[in-house]
Formats: sequence, C-alpha cells, structure tokens
Amino acid sequence: MTTDHQLTVDHLTLGYGDRTVVTDLQVDVPPGRITAIVGANACGKSTLLRSMSRLLAPRAGQVLLDGKDVHRMPAKQLARTLGLLPQSPVAPEGIAVADLVGRGRHPHQRILSRWSHDDDVAVAAALDATGTAELADRPVDELSGGQRQRVWIAMVLAQQTDLLLLDEPTTFLDVAHQVEVLDLLADLNAARGTTVVMVLHDLNLAARYADHLIALADGRVHAAGAPGDVLTEETVRAVFDLESRVIVDPTSGTPLMLPVGRHHAVARL
Amino acid sequence: MTTTLTAPPTTASGLDVAQGRARRAARRRTVLLLLVALLVIAFATTLMVGNTFYTPSEVVRVLVGQDVPGASFTVGTLRLPRAVLGVLAGFAFGLAGVTFQTMLRNPLASPDIIGISSGASAAAVIGIVVLGLGSTQVSILAVVGGLGVALAVYGLSATRGGVAGTRLILVGIGVAAMLDSVTSYVLSRASEWDLQDAMRWLAGSLNGARWGQILPLVVALAVLGPLLLAQARNLAALQLGDDTAAALGVRVGATRLLLVVAAVGLVAFATAATGPIAFVAFLAGPIAARIVGPGGSLLLPAALVGALLVVAADLVGQFAFDTRFPVGVVTGVLGAPYLVYLIVRTHRSGGSL
Repeated sequence: MTTDHQLTVDHLTLGYGDRTVVTDLQVDVPPGRITAIVGANACGKSTLLRSMSRLLAPRAGQVLLDGKDVHRMPAKQLARTLGLLPQSPVAPEGIAVADLVGRGRHPHQRILSRWSHDDDVAVAAALDATGTAELADRPVDELSGGQRQRVWIAMVLAQQTDLLLLDEPTTFLDVAHQVEVLDLLADLNAARGTTVVMVLHDLNLAARYADHLIALADGRVHAAGAPGDVLTEETVRAVFDLESRVIVDPTSGTPLMLPVGRHHAVARL
Repeated sequence: MTTTLTAPPTTASGLDVAQGRARRAARRRTVLLLLVALLVIAFATTLMVGNTFYTPSEVVRVLVGQDVPGASFTVGTLRLPRAVLGVLAGFAFGLAGVTFQTMLRNPLASPDIIGISSGASAAAVIGIVVLGLGSTQVSILAVVGGLGVALAVYGLSATRGGVAGTRLILVGIGVAAMLDSVTSYVLSRASEWDLQDAMRWLAGSLNGARWGQILPLVVALAVLGPLLLAQARNLAALQLGDDTAAALGVRVGATRLLLVVAAVGLVAFATAATGPIAFVAFLAGPIAARIVGPGGSLLLPAALVGALLVVAADLVGQFAFDTRFPVGVVTGVLGAPYLVYLIVRTHRSGGSL
C-alpha cells in the first residue's frame, strides 16, 4: 500500500467560543512520512489536529485532502482515508480487545450490513501489526497502559486509512512504553507507507522519530522542516521561552535538547 | 515489562478473529433466546392467572378467536390488553433507557432519572385533567413535554466545553423533582380521581388497559423501534467518546439528535399509555449488560428485559400480596436500591454501563 494523499492546511484559523487558538496557519504534511507537531501547552497543537480530522470546523481557511475540503467530504468517506486517535478515547466497560479493535471497521460498514470476512481480516492484521494478537480475547480494562495504547492504535489501524493522526499517543506512558509506541508507528510507516501526523510533548523523541517537525507558537508555525533544522536553541527559546543547549543525540544523530534551568548549570557546553 | 517489549510476535488470522467473535456472540444468542422464552412464559401467565384460572388450552382458544364462555371476556377483553400493553411499554422503556445510558456513557442518565418521563407524565396529566384531551392528543402532548424537558435539561447543563455527564444528571434529577410535584399538584386538584388513576401518573400502572390506549404506542414502536435498532453501530462508536466516534465517520450531532428524539418519543408514548412505570428504563440496560456481557449492542436485550420487568412486576403487584399494587410500585421498590448503589459506586469510580 503506497500513499500519495496530500494533506494541506490552507490559511486556517481556529477557535473555541470567542477565543482564537490558531491564526492563518499554513501546513503541508509530507505524504508517506512521519510528521510531529510540537509546541508549548495551549499553543493549538491538538486544536490543529482536531481540525485536520474535521472534528473542529474552521473559522476561516480550509483543510484540504487531495485538494478537497475535508469539512465538506462525507464523514465515512473521509474516515476511510484518514484515521484519528484522540487524546482520551473511552473503552466500554468489559469490552474484549478484538471487539474494540473491530469498532475501527465502522467507516467500512453500512447500517444493516453484516460483519464481513474483510472485517475479520482487517482486525487480525491490526492485532498482528500492534503485537496484540495474544490479547484478543482479554477485556481492555485489564491491560496495562502500554498494552491499552497499542490496542487503541490497533483500532485505528483496523480502519485501514492511509493517513494516521494521533494526539499525544505517548502521554501517561513510561519511557519504555513511549519508545514502544513510537517504534510501532515507525514500523507502520516503513512497512505500509502510512502517513503519520502526531502531536508529541517530548521534543527529543519527536526529533528522533519524525521526518518532518512542525513547531507551533501562539497558534502560528514558528518553524517547520527536518528536525535538524527545526530543533535549535533559538526555536526552543521562541516556542517554549526556555534556555537550552541542543547537542547531537549520540544514539540517533538527531538533535537532543537539554533544558537549562536556573539551577544546576555547571558548565556551558 | 521486558516481556511486553521483546515478546515473540504472535499472529492472528481472520479465522481466529471470527472464531473469537463467534465465541463471545454465543452467550448473547443464548441469553436472547432465554429472555424471549421467559417473556413468553410471563405473558402466558398473565393471561391464565387471575380471579379465575384458565387453562392454556382455553387461553389459546380465546387467542385464535373462538368463543369460550367467561374466558372470552376475561382473557380477551381484560387480560390480553393488559399483557400486551405491559410488553410494549417494557420494550419502549427498555430501548429508550439503554439508548440514553449508552449515548451519555452513564447508567444514571436514563430518561426516568433525568426528568424526561416526569415531563411526559406531567404533560399527560395536564392534558387530561386541565385540558380534557383525548388519548391521541394526550400522547402528542406527552411527546412535546418529554422533548421540552430533554431540551431544557440539555440546555441547563451545557457549558462552554459541551455537556458534562454528571452535571446533566444532577440538573435532570432536579427537573424531575419539580415536574413530579407539578403532577402531584394537578392530581390533587382533580378530586374526582381515585387512587388507582392517580397512581398511574405517579408511578405507572397497567390497570384498565384498553386497545385504544395501546394503538398509539404500537405505532410509535413500529416507527421508532427499527429506527433506534438501525443506529446500533453508531451508538457503539459513540460509546468510545465523541471525538473517536467522529473520527470513525459518525456524524455525532445528527446521530445524537436522532437518538434523543426517537428515545424521548418512545418514553413519551409509553408514559402516555401507562404512566411513568418507575425505573424500568433505568434498570433494563444495566440488567441486560450484566447478563449478555460486554461488546455487543444492548438495544434488543434491554428491550426484552424491560418487557419482562414490566410483565413480571405486574404479576407480582397483582397477586403476590393481599392488596393489589400497580406495577410501578413494584418496579419502584426494585429500582430505588439500585439507584442508591449506582450513585455510591459512580461517586467512587466514574463508571459506565
């Protein structure tokens, strides 16, 4: 499966009530690559992601998928091309893993159509890809945080979309499980060419896993491009209002940001 | 932890998934069949038992239209409408209750807790006592009352960030209390009403069921029932949260509107026919969830449980004690402790169906 779906944000302005969160934003998502959106709290990262998946209607501007406004596309048609894992999805009490993953088939089913063989195959493939096959019959509420997040990702995979949007997929996970989830997304991207767009808090993991980094500040794009170009001391200062040193990550060669606080700064690197 | 990181990749095939799904669905089929069987038994018992006992063969002869002295009147004219009304009202309350509970992801968010039944009931009582309306007009007024209350409760509990479940339930409980007092007030002004009639509008009753009363409910169920059942998948997606549902291609706003209107319609038509039979809408969903297990749609199981609750509680109310109690008194006794339990539990954990 190769994808060349072009997701573009064109002069997008977003807000809630009388508060404007994102102003006149221009974003191009490189097809078939991993894009990470970073920025300070309340800078509009999640808002942007919600609007890209038509959960939030724009004040002005458009979100274009292959040149078509996503907010004018039929809901199910969009959901077959673009999947979103929101920040806090709710698992119904007691539901089995395979049943939850099966709910990802919704955009492929019609109101009264029966469950099909394709549905079973898609669920099996999603379980396999996320390493959750052996959990298939277990209730979701019994799983650990890392397992649960893999199950949710499996649900989005069962949707079989070429684009995958994830809102902070690593929140509440310990560092081992964060790496596990990001490795999984990188695998998917490599194996299927799935375009991944995710909001991440951890700058260093974002720089390591993303091909394309977008730094938002106050609802505007401060910098976008390859992590090596975007994650600089200047960017961190502008976006987070934080002094830092950026060095080369000895394990990956990507930029590694070390914050400088008011304490414990013994040497200038 | 290391095991989850380095576990050898196990694989699943479509066949494995299909088998697992079939295993989990087997229990559901058994439970559904069992519920239907119990409902048939309860229905038949209602037709047979009373001041005079009629044998199954006599009952069947009445049902197929033969003239059986005594039985034709007692079974055909008195007991049959009562049993049919009980089943239909149970269907309606069960379906509506579980729709609300699933959609709002909270077992306390049932139409009889958040004031919708009370609104329909108050409107019906005003229609009968104050305005002197006929049964169809009363049904319509009850629907308007129910929808009005649904809208008011929704409006009062809406905040800038959407509608919070707990807030909606608390507002609804307050509105229900207010409307119940309106019903009591109107009833107390209508001095010519006897206790039985008053009880219908306070707790719900199947007494004096007539076919004319049943017809609007049949129409409502025939139209709104299939409409709700067709929404099972959208409802399943909504269970995962509004954002997730929208990302799966559900038009959340439109779906929710459809569900609310259909569920309120069912509650209102049933309430216009039987009064607000206490706690049936509230109990049917959670009972269905316990017995069919998680994963599948609860609409059909809850409808069956609702019908079984009403018919069985009516049997208990009529024959278990020296005095005959209306069905709502019995279901009220069943439901109240569960309500207390749920509030205590929800307070601790959150929780859903």
